[in-house]
Amino acid sequence: MNEPISTRTPTGDTGGRPPSASVPEGPISEQPAPADARKGSKVRPGDRIFKNLTTGSGIFVVILIGLIGLFLLLQAIPALQANQVSFFSSVWETGDSKNLKFGIADLLSVTVATSLVALVIAMPVSLGIALFLTQYAPPRLARPFAYVIDLLAAVPSIIFGLWGLLFLAPAIEPVSQWINDTFGWIPIFSDGNIAPNIRSTIFTAGVVLAVMLLPIITSLTREVFERTPTAQIEGALALGATRWEVIRTTVLPFGKAGYIGASMLGLGRALGETIALSIILFIPVGRTFDWSVFDGGATFASKIASNYAEFNDVTSAGAYIAAGLVLFLLTFVVNFAARSIIGDKKGD
Amino acid sequence: MTATIPDAERPAVTPAFQQVSLARKTKNGVATVLVWLAFLVAVIPLVWVLWTVIESGITRIPFTNWWTEDFSLVLSDEVGGGVLHAIIGTLLQGLVCALIAVPLGLLVAIYLVEYGSRTRLAKVTTFMVDILSGVPSIVAALFIYALWVTTLGLPRNGFAVSLALVLLMVPVVVRSSEEMLRIVPDDLREASYALGVPKWKTIVKVVLPTALSGIITGIMMALARVMGETAPLLVLVGYSSFVHWDMFQGEMASLPLLINNERATNSMTEGSVGFDRIWGAALTLVLIIALINLAATLIGRLVAPKKK
Repeated sequence: MNEPISTRTPTGDTGGRPPSASVPEGPISEQPAPADARKGSKVRPGDRIFKNLTTGSGIFVVILIGLIGLFLLLQAIPALQANQVSFFSSVWETGDSKNLKFGIADLLSVTVATSLVALVIAMPVSLGIALFLTQYAPPRLARPFAYVIDLLAAVPSIIFGLWGLLFLAPAIEPVSQWINDTFGWIPIFSDGNIAPNIRSTIFTAGVVLAVMLLPIITSLTREVFERTPTAQIEGALALGATRWEVIRTTVLPFGKAGYIGASMLGLGRALGETIALSIILFIPVGRTFDWSVFDGGATFASKIASNYAEFNDVTSAGAYIAAGLVLFLLTFVVNFAARSIIGDKKGD
Repeated sequence: MTATIPDAERPAVTPAFQQVSLARKTKNGVATVLVWLAFLVAVIPLVWVLWTVIESGITRIPFTNWWTEDFSLVLSDEVGGGVLHAIIGTLLQGLVCALIAVPLGLLVAIYLVEYGSRTRLAKVTTFMVDILSGVPSIVAALFIYALWVTTLGLPRNGFAVSLALVLLMVPVVVRSSEEMLRIVPDDLREASYALGVPKWKTIVKVVLPTALSGIITGIMMALARVMGETAPLLVLVGYSSFVHWDMFQGEMASLPLLINNERATNSMTEGSVGFDRIWGAALTLVLIIALINLAATLIGRLVAPKKK
């Protein structure tokens, strides 16, 4: 216990101690082959079993990801072969398993649109909260507030969905009406495919989703901002910078990569959000999605969730599994990118 | 409030030395206002959501039959009945999920901290755990559907739900346990090795107990999170209004599934039976999650290593 816990880096590196040949790093058993080197000692069976067990679990998790992709693909292939139209069209008729017609164009656009609306709202607010928690709030306020923000993450998403539809949507209806009236000439704010008083628009869904993303983006961004070197902040202060200038010249440049990575993690979550969106979004009959935030529609996840009744037929289930596979690949790529950005920052 | 900085930690600034221009002052003021605004904007939905759940849910909760009966003999538009069947389902599915996810997650964490450090496999594992934590719950459900129902030909049931929840719980358990194991001081391990204790015994008897309080807290939080999941329930099990204990057969209720079912069959207008049931169940779910979180903190404190 000769060093405080906080100085250890989470990656288990030397944690401030300069690496030297004589001082072993990390748990001693990580040193190369101590058992073989020691005379007369052998690897105990308990050790071998335990090591294999834990290593096996690690390998299992790695294989699991591959299995997810593989099984989804295997189940999707028959449906894709039976598909009468292009997979990239926007029809979705899976009621008759002899005559499957399904394409993901609409699902993909609505998924992307809701996630983008959510990100546009959540990103600046999260940045504000993270700055507030690390730079503005007195510590006595910052800690409980950070806890409260984390609490938001514990609320089940079905509750967010109900709250969004029954309580938030009526409250923000005037706002969306006003945006529609004032900025209707901009395509994304033009009249959508469902009446504004139905409230179940991409706009409403995006706002609810933004609330759900706040805790994820905030907590990671806060963590990065907290690591801003004190010397830099003090340096900026010594040069007479105002608080905002300190943030702009030290905190933001230092934490930018982490903030972007955190936002992408939020994006990954938004793309996959299921039940809240299937409660809120209304699927219009007739007109399809037209890139207006006052459109309705279905995302990959909400489409799958709201048509679970069709899962009794294996072939039509395949159509939904194909959609799920696309969603999996999408979130995989986004998470991959997010982790690489965050990993780069942490690793240096 | 423009340029004043409400903070005692900052060094005092002598006005004679520093002439802050109006533009800079304004920018600083605008930034301050915006940051405080972001704080307020975040507080509103939080308080609102919690208030909604409590206010709308409180109507049914105080009655004992809410906790001791199910909806089996109650019509869908009839006042009365309770959510016992859903509570049992939620806890049972959560428990079975934890029984699989906790050992698996813990073993992976032990591997990452004690055996794998800096090997390529460990890096890949860490990365895959991260990816797994980003897998949407509906995709986890589809995977289990493809594996359990289509490939193995087994029925949709409560156990399949637990399996899907395992996929969502494992990464959270790994992450939190890993963090806790890493902060166990190496001195403890080294002291144990020096006494000739085998490595696995050192891990089980020294490292794990030291990190136990944090690990338990992490596990309980993860459990609370997966109990609120809805998507796997839709795909993998049907709703039943009866108390049902058999994980391997038949339909099984749980709180999120009950909410979704009532939403589909009942009116959601305020004051109606459906509204009361939905929000009553939502409040029950939030209460259970809050209780588990509270228990996590208490147990964590109880098993924490004694401090001098």
